[in-house]
Amino acid sequence: MSSDSSRRRWLKYSAAVGGLLTGCTPNTNQPPGQEEDVVNLLGRVVSKYGERSPDQKITRLPGTNKHLEASSSLTPLAQTMGIITPSALHFERHHAGIPTLQEAGYELLLHGLVAEPLTFTLNDLRSFPSASQINFVECSGNSGREWSAKVSADVQTGFGLASCSEWTGVKLSSLLQEAGLKPAGKWVIAEGADACRMHRSIPIDKALKDILVAYGQNGEALRPEQGYPLRLIVPGWEGNVCVKWLRQLKVTAEPLASREETSKYTDMMPNGKARQYTFDMEAKSVITAPSGGQRILKRGYVEITGLAWTGKGRIDAVEITTDSGKSWQRAKLQEPRLANAFTRFRFDWMWDGLATQIASRAVDETGYVQPSRDSLLAVRGANSHYHFNGIKVWQVGAEGSVTHVEA
Amino acid sequence: MWKHSLLILILLPMLMQAQRRLEIGHRAAEKVIAQQDKFITPEGKGLPAGKGTAIEGKLVFERRCSRCHGQKAEGADDAALAGGIGSLGKPKELRTVGSYWPHAPGIWDYVNRAMPFKDPGSLAPDQVYAVVAYILNLNGLWDETAELNAAELSKIQMPNKNGFIKDARPDVNRNR
Repeated sequence: MSSDSSRRRWLKYSAAVGGLLTGCTPNTNQPPGQEEDVVNLLGRVVSKYGERSPDQKITRLPGTNKHLEASSSLTPLAQTMGIITPSALHFERHHAGIPTLQEAGYELLLHGLVAEPLTFTLNDLRSFPSASQINFVECSGNSGREWSAKVSADVQTGFGLASCSEWTGVKLSSLLQEAGLKPAGKWVIAEGADACRMHRSIPIDKALKDILVAYGQNGEALRPEQGYPLRLIVPGWEGNVCVKWLRQLKVTAEPLASREETSKYTDMMPNGKARQYTFDMEAKSVITAPSGGQRILKRGYVEITGLAWTGKGRIDAVEITTDSGKSWQRAKLQEPRLANAFTRFRFDWMWDGLATQIASRAVDETGYVQPSRDSLLAVRGANSHYHFNGIKVWQVGAEGSVTHVEA
Repeated sequence: MWKHSLLILILLPMLMQAQRRLEIGHRAAEKVIAQQDKFITPEGKGLPAGKGTAIEGKLVFERRCSRCHGQKAEGADDAALAGGIGSLGKPKELRTVGSYWPHAPGIWDYVNRAMPFKDPGSLAPDQVYAVVAYILNLNGLWDETAELNAAELSKIQMPNKNGFIKDARPDVNRNR
């Protein structure tokens, strides 16, 4: 009896460890009956703050530049599910490191062309009517590598400077109304409390339309690397204007044209002139599975899935080609389709086992169709760094390998 | 009577507007505003008092800046700050302070707020003027011995001052 019991316990243990090592899918090679043994094993006690399963390993991919305080880390978009990016995997882009800030004593200053300059504590800001909205944030340098001949080999390196969260805060319009916006006020300069006091100028129309002064992300306070305790969320616009660690808003008549809006975040055209204040993120999509670095295991049914988004509102359609661009068919779009948020698309594909190229292209509510890489380069040249939204093509090999297509 | 009701109709929205204030937050003290509002406009409004020459700036630069930007600001681990004037849009494009930045007060602002990278804000205003004078001098835009101050900096015409244009998107053919 006792040896039977210990054998039973050993079976439970080996089944649990085996599950850890293989990824614990429902269809493992365990003989029927053993799963019951695992279920019968008494588990861990309750805890205060949850952690993911230790066999889950996906992480952000940090940059390799000399100063990791002025670097980025990329979201593993090919492994995340649905449309929400877990806060711990939301991409990072900092210019002078992550400041250590506390809520106590923190104040946001609002001044300039307003009737009364005001300061707000976090409690003050939470006293305003609150709002939550699901928005993507995308660095305008996302997919920057696609401009060059050396295009990205996988989704994370090529598209990982984009993430999507539910943000909660107070509308910037509420704060401007509270302070009494003067008619001469045409721009709002937002400045962070990071070491370089990163700041951007934002047109007043956008400030009054849908900008959120956010203190919450995915149900809890912002993460430090996402701007704790306060940041801007500027729906559909380049991530750099979503100023993190926000501590000052100044209403002005003119933009500042400071470093981040002249020498950076401007788009060089072939004639040597650079476009300035290029805020919108245009419609974009990428197939996250099957995608570069992955492998299709067998012929037959393959679910093609991916993400589409646009800074101009909602995604209307996503079209898929599985025959190297000869024909395009509509993908299914996961509801709800939210404005300026990720939209998950899916497409049922019967793979015949032959080499081919697959790609997605997004159409947004304005009718704009995501362009090919070639047509983008034909207009903007290869030197504009920012705002790449061209179609990403994946090569499927006859043996099931998935790789990028050389430019 | 009719006139009165018309007056009320006109005034009502304005009264409602005034009542919308939620009385949240505190009036910002002038001191707090002065502490935080260090913005400098492209015309040089907001530049503080101070002065420096390129000769002085060279000494500061070599001690505090050259390790990342190179001895002559030609670029090392980090960006080149000098050279490349006239190269924009050409095959060997080089974006530097001299070739790309459209106005000179912005150089002062960025050095002051963000540099040196490991210790931003540690340079005194005179040192910032001196470093900016040196960077401008390396770009052929300022004499080695001339004293740079707020008024002089605001007058400098940067080579790429007309190099920026409006966003023209959507700009790519919708060829399905």
